[in-house]
Amino acid sequence: MMVPRRLVVAGTAGLLLPRAAGATPVQMALLIRQMVGDASLTEGLVKLDLPVLVENGNSVAMTLSVDAPPGAVHSLHVFAEANPLPEVLHLTFGPRAGVPRIQTRIRLATSQTVTAIARMRDGTFRQDSIELLVTLAACIEN
Amino acid sequence: MVRVLLNIPKQVRKNEPFEVKMLISHPMESGQRRDAVGLAIPRDIINLLVCTYDGEEILRADLFPAIAANPFMAFSVIAEISGKLAITFTDDHGVTQTETAAVEVV
Repeated sequence: MMVPRRLVVAGTAGLLLPRAAGATPVQMALLIRQMVGDASLTEGLVKLDLPVLVENGNSVAMTLSVDAPPGAVHSLHVFAEANPLPEVLHLTFGPRAGVPRIQTRIRLATSQTVTAIARMRDGTFRQDSIELLVTLAACIEN
Repeated sequence: MVRVLLNIPKQVRKNEPFEVKMLISHPMESGQRRDAVGLAIPRDIINLLVCTYDGEEILRADLFPAIAANPFMAFSVIAEISGKLAITFTDDHGVTQTETAAVEVV
């Protein structure tokens, strides 16, 4: 019986991984739905800046900014749909926070779509997504 | 005690946003890896980071294992008067550490 090469590769990779990636796009969508509720969720204002081609998923520089004055953003949330855990970061701003722009470094388990959500003080939500390719994944070192 | 680098401008202007950069020396063990004999390495991350200015909360970050080792974060703060910027973080063992820096407003 011929076994497709793709399946063999995928199967071996599965053996090497300590645990299969847990999160799914559905799980991420559910988390976002829970957070947003019935409020409006639209594109724009938020900008998620990540490299489209990631060489090393263990440390990926991420910049997240909202085109809004200080104080207009309540919180920022980042989700990675194919990481073992879909949540990456939740940030809540206080009244004295400056411009809504943060930089950090994240881990990415595999090629996937990363989504950022901004909760504005007026109760609306904004989102931005970026689809990226990861050549060396986090979680499989050693 | 872990090593922390906290970088702020020497002087800042009143009511103008300035950038705070922070780097914590921490492995952020994700709990997904296994050691040489196949045992799961327990999760050990900094899960909460709170930045305050003279006691008033500026930023609260819930971190997950998807934050890279040696967490770096840069964010913006606005100060009206000179004061003390403090960053407090908590790890999975419940250990809390605070790092402070004096901000001089001109």
